[in-house]
Amino acid sequence: MLAVIRENTAALQQPPPINPEVATRWLEAFLRDELIERRGIGRAVIGLSGGVDSAVTAYLCARALGAENVYAFRMPYKSSSPASLADAQLVIDALGIHARTIGITGAVDGYLQFEPDADARRRGNVMARTRMVVLFDQSAKLDALPIGTGNKTERLLGYFTWHADDTPPVNPLGDLFKTQVWALARYLGVPQALIDKAPSADLEADQTDEGDLGITYARADAILAQLLLGYNDQQLIERGFDARDVGLVRRRVDSTHWKRHLPTTATLTNTAINEFYLRPVDY
Amino acid sequence: MPARANGERSPAHYDVRLIQVKPAKGRYRENLAQTSEAFAQIAEEGTPDLIVLPEAAMTGYFLEGAVYDLAQPAKAFATDLARAWREGAGDRDVELCCGFYENDDGTYYNSALYLRVGAKGHEIVHVHRKMFLPTYGMFDEERFLSRGRRLQTFETRIGRMAMLICEDVWHAIMPTIAAIKGARVLLVPSAAPGRGIEGDSELTSITHWREILRASATEHGVYVLYAGLTGFEGGKGMTGSSCIIDPRGHVTVKAPEIGECVVSGTIDLREADLARASLPLLGDLGAVLPDLLLDDELPLPKGRP
Repeated sequence: MLAVIRENTAALQQPPPINPEVATRWLEAFLRDELIERRGIGRAVIGLSGGVDSAVTAYLCARALGAENVYAFRMPYKSSSPASLADAQLVIDALGIHARTIGITGAVDGYLQFEPDADARRRGNVMARTRMVVLFDQSAKLDALPIGTGNKTERLLGYFTWHADDTPPVNPLGDLFKTQVWALARYLGVPQALIDKAPSADLEADQTDEGDLGITYARADAILAQLLLGYNDQQLIERGFDARDVGLVRRRVDSTHWKRHLPTTATLTNTAINEFYLRPVDY
Repeated sequence: MPARANGERSPAHYDVRLIQVKPAKGRYRENLAQTSEAFAQIAEEGTPDLIVLPEAAMTGYFLEGAVYDLAQPAKAFATDLARAWREGAGDRDVELCCGFYENDDGTYYNSALYLRVGAKGHEIVHVHRKMFLPTYGMFDEERFLSRGRRLQTFETRIGRMAMLICEDVWHAIMPTIAAIKGARVLLVPSAAPGRGIEGDSELTSITHWREILRASATEHGVYVLYAGLTGFEGGKGMTGSSCIIDPRGHVTVKAPEIGECVVSGTIDLREADLARASLPLLGDLGAVLPDLLLDDELPLPKGRP
């Protein structure tokens, strides 16, 4: 009787793997090159939400630039969870980075008083965009660069405010799935409380990402990783994924391509920018 | 392989250097000046026989439409590179290999120049135009550039060589043809953006590259000199890892993936002889190749198109 060695098909349903040591080494070099070498800017400004993405970003920036060159901003709205502030403080204390808390309630409500009927989604978007106003102004004041914290999962699912979370000119996490960011957080020593808690945009009370999305990050990442390789829905289902999950992920990705692009500009000439006139971002 | 114990150098033994650089995007003159400084540093320790620089070493790799601003005739680039050598190292004889974007009367190529520089002037030994232009995913070369049409080998002070630029060497038939045409040393100027974070100790693309280069070296009994760009270009990180691989597939010296540096090593053509004697795959191929090429099921054109 010969032993039969079988392929491990269960691995297909796992979130994509990451070697956090390799990723960290590469991302540190990326941050140093993009900030110091290319732009001559040695300081980073980060909106520290108390969540794992901005915490990992702060850890990477502290390693790449030195803690003394990292400026964290907590920007709570009146309805923000106090636990978020406390979790952000854990990161500030652990890294010894600069930190400041600037509440956005006055700015947000200054506008929303004219729009009392705005629903939760609109209010959340106003908060997200207000936070970017603060970050960009602080970066001008400090001669620093705002660093983005958006991950690949939320970018693919369109789970972010367009021209808010995605606006910082440099983003180290944008090609990492959420589950990979968690692995990176464990490797970097991010406080456990931030890794264990349910991810939340904290725009509304008791809001969680996975509740909003209707799928866990682990399942979404496993599906997304293979969807990006070109497998169609039927192939994904044949690979063991739940048809409802596949449909949900596919719909979200397909309905949000526009969020991953610059604004659509009418092309009228043979010299249209980024259509005919093509220059790389670092030229 | 060190020099002989009595200090006398074997006629088959050569000193080579690879310069791993991170060019400032589009700043050709600035990058030339930096290269001249690197030449000066190298010359302080003596003059090597050959120095190899990466693909697009004076401009950066991802240029898009700016390639038309920066590409230049091979003759002009040769003059600039020779001047950079002389400013850094004086009138000493050397041979240089460097990747550049070429403008040949309005046809543009991703090319590599092999240049002989001496007290009496300089001479272009060969220009290789990249034949396999990656145009997929993050790459868009064929949108801007034309393909080279011919893989030639050429004689140098070290022996017969071929230059294969980046994706050229990913196609096993390229080093194979170079070796059949007599190359004993393959020069591979490259710009390899890294990807793949699931590997054991490095990006998986770096591992893949090394496997390809080692396979080329061992199959054909050739030295492989790989010079890679380093540093990030708009978020895409070039993986450095410049290295020398001997004809038995050993990586004799290797640069880190991140950071500029000079890689210093040697070529001993007796090693190539011994490697080919113990693993005569190239000789076997020479015997079988006519049968392979005459196979009428191969989709080969009748004569050059």
